[in-house]
Amino acid sequence: MDRREFLKTSGGLVVSFAVPTEMLAQGAGKPSLVPNELDSWIAVLPNGTVQAFFGKMDMGQGLDVAVAQIVAEEMDLGADKVQVVMGDTATSCNQGGASGSTGVSNGARLLRRAAAEARRVLGERAAEKVGTPVSVDDGMVTGPNGKTSYAELVGGRYFHHQVEWNKQVGNPMDIKVPAKPKAPAEYKVVGKPAPRRDVAWKVYGTDGFVTDVRRKGMLHARVIRPPRAACKVKSVDAGSIKGIRGARVIREKDFVAVVAPKEWDAVRAARALRVEWDFLEAPFPPMAELHQYIRGAQVVKREEPVKKGDVAAALAAPGNKLVQAEYEWPFQSHASMGPACAVAEIDKGSCTVWTGSQKPHFVRDGVARLLDLPMDKVRAIWVAGPGSYGRNDAGDAAMDAAFLAKATGKPVRVQGMRADGTAWDPKGPACVHRARAAIDGSGKVVAYEFISKGFSRQHIATNESQPADSLIGQAMGVPPKPNQIFGTPEESYGFDNKLLGWETIPQFVEHCSPLRTSHLRDPVGPEIHFGSEQFIDELAHAAGEDPVAFRLKYLTNPRHQAVIKAVAEKSGWANLGRGKGIAFADRNHTAVAVVVQVEVDRTSGRVWARRFWVAHDCGLIINPEILRTTIEGNVVQGLSRTLFEEVKFDRDSVTSVDWASYPILDVADAPESIDVTLIDRPEIAPSGAGEPTIRCIPAAVANAFFDATGVRMRRAPLSPEYVKAALSRA
Amino acid sequence: MATYRFTVDGKSVSVDAQPDMPLLYALRDDLALKNPHFGCGLAQCGACTVQLNGEPVRSCVMPVSAAAGKKVTTLAGLGTPEKPHPLQVAYVAEGVPQCGYCINGWIMTAAAVLEKNPKATDAQMRDALAGLKCRCGTHTAILRAIKRAQSSMV
Repeated sequence: MDRREFLKTSGGLVVSFAVPTEMLAQGAGKPSLVPNELDSWIAVLPNGTVQAFFGKMDMGQGLDVAVAQIVAEEMDLGADKVQVVMGDTATSCNQGGASGSTGVSNGARLLRRAAAEARRVLGERAAEKVGTPVSVDDGMVTGPNGKTSYAELVGGRYFHHQVEWNKQVGNPMDIKVPAKPKAPAEYKVVGKPAPRRDVAWKVYGTDGFVTDVRRKGMLHARVIRPPRAACKVKSVDAGSIKGIRGARVIREKDFVAVVAPKEWDAVRAARALRVEWDFLEAPFPPMAELHQYIRGAQVVKREEPVKKGDVAAALAAPGNKLVQAEYEWPFQSHASMGPACAVAEIDKGSCTVWTGSQKPHFVRDGVARLLDLPMDKVRAIWVAGPGSYGRNDAGDAAMDAAFLAKATGKPVRVQGMRADGTAWDPKGPACVHRARAAIDGSGKVVAYEFISKGFSRQHIATNESQPADSLIGQAMGVPPKPNQIFGTPEESYGFDNKLLGWETIPQFVEHCSPLRTSHLRDPVGPEIHFGSEQFIDELAHAAGEDPVAFRLKYLTNPRHQAVIKAVAEKSGWANLGRGKGIAFADRNHTAVAVVVQVEVDRTSGRVWARRFWVAHDCGLIINPEILRTTIEGNVVQGLSRTLFEEVKFDRDSVTSVDWASYPILDVADAPESIDVTLIDRPEIAPSGAGEPTIRCIPAAVANAFFDATGVRMRRAPLSPEYVKAALSRA
Repeated sequence: MATYRFTVDGKSVSVDAQPDMPLLYALRDDLALKNPHFGCGLAQCGACTVQLNGEPVRSCVMPVSAAAGKKVTTLAGLGTPEKPHPLQVAYVAEGVPQCGYCINGWIMTAAAVLEKNPKATDAQMRDALAGLKCRCGTHTAILRAIKRAQSSMV
């Protein structure tokens, strides 16, 4: 079944249409789409194939395949018999969308239980026909008195079976069922390679992205973002686009957009439209002083999640060697491959939004609030978008499209221009990390302190469910409500006296700011571990120890030790030549260690991270093939963020507006090889893999740079410009 | 406004447009093709790449008037699931794309390189692909797929 057919049939049971009436003979009537109905999770079609309704999202790393394998495993089916239906608020419950690499750990955990329960119920129903015991092979059921099948038992009909829901929405949503899922030793489908399902249509161009959604009578829109943060509209000169076919202005308070029947006309109108703005003068400090500004800024909130012993006393104790350093990280942009797009249509009081957002259920909620519609009058449908690594510009596009559909009475397609995806997406927060440690006379680390200070990672929320967190909401006067949160290193270094903490500072501008901050892939992970894992290296050197041996000496978690040993062995750490570096981190129970070997061109300042080795332990492995490519993407995107990425700004606005002013990794700088060692632990519940590796990359590269040059790069990115400057200072 | 005639993936088409309208808008908006994609509008990323008489061009900055009388080939015209280009076969085998939005640039450019120099070295290929963007970081998979395609073309 191709994707198109699949989408056509996917709504079949749960949305509305056309299950033939004879199929509904048993207990007709569609159960509500609520988490405590088994029918909300699993459907058996008339042909015996199974649909799993998933409330999280795959963003091109094959999560849906892992879910299919898990459901197939529990239901004794081949993985090819399971279709995973995701992204449509009409067919799935809100499991939180793509969020925190919890797709398998939380999302599929629920589906595993639902599938196991479906298998149990089907077994019971089969037993009434064929006696006990029953055995199932690929949906065919055999008992002492004969054979039946899933298709015969429930195909095209509903289970009408209740499960126990924990009453949570989003990532923590879970269910309890009487059925007991299989033990890993019984697995036949889980743990095996299975190909991605979204590759062929992308490679042959046979199906569309959200940018390709077209509706009858649709208008094209471009939103006019203000030239600076927190601008107010003084006046709009509609006459300035008079000559452009069908183009007109839509304005509501400080939100301005143009619409036109033809896309190019909308682009031209957006360029031609004259808007006068009331400016806020110089809301940003000089960029060169960014980190100095952060150091001096008022602390809004401080937390000390790890506090052990008396760090201050140990740092002050006479005779100890004090080691200290500070590390700086810039603002970074999602800069997705294309600026976000959304299409919205309002028909008879109901709004449908096609969105690339990784959290379509929250798009539904946000649009309902923005348009003042009941939640059940809004349907959000995810269609693959131009890349998604967190809270990018997709949420804003969806809200803009919905508002414009209401304002014009027509279906509206919004797509940003390049600057909307680079200058105006929510940013990963800039920050400074202060690290101090004391080493006693025997070379033992007796005090360790690591404090991060920076902008909150949630100036705007991680989803678009509240208009306050969208540019359009803010432009219409809804005040933002920033959440103050940062993070600390995730590791198990067993230093006697240890303090890990964070401090957040106020935003430059709270309202409509291109430097507003939110989640970017592995929120604050690369930022923090760039500092903490470099500092561990600095401590190893200060103690006169090898960076691998030093880590092994202090890490207390055996899984952490295991990834370090694995990566050291695979890379031949002891015998690697110059330019080698290692970094390690945990992320919600996934442990990763990375070794890299770099070459540094002192003249050009170019750093080539030529060879990578990764050792990765995320518990039970669902699909090793897809896991490898997911890890590779983490390495290369992480390398891009390490070597090149820095949002530039002047006193008034963000000046990183395109790929020239926000460079990312070029193929010339891609590694020659990425060797991945997977540690499978079937006895441990699977944890995330979409983000953990990326947090190790910056420090691994910086440590390798030090090994190659003897110079510490305590400021990211390690761009040619900064590298040359650092080498010339040394 | 003027009328421009050209072929897209072997079919004759005509588009009424202003001469400076980029070809991309003709392909997407007037002809309702699903690819190429708008990525930057500045010829900086390659998401809009098509071949014009066999040469890769960035359709987001090429005026539609420049396509008049020429042959435009898109990703969907390069090969089909039934009659695939070796690069497409290799991309599927390697599971290259993640979000997949960048794919036109890489495949349409690499296909043009392989047409002229099927034995292009890794370094030559990296040179030829310079400037293309992939935000998901699939570069190493892309290079693997190109090698795989080259070995299948021998």
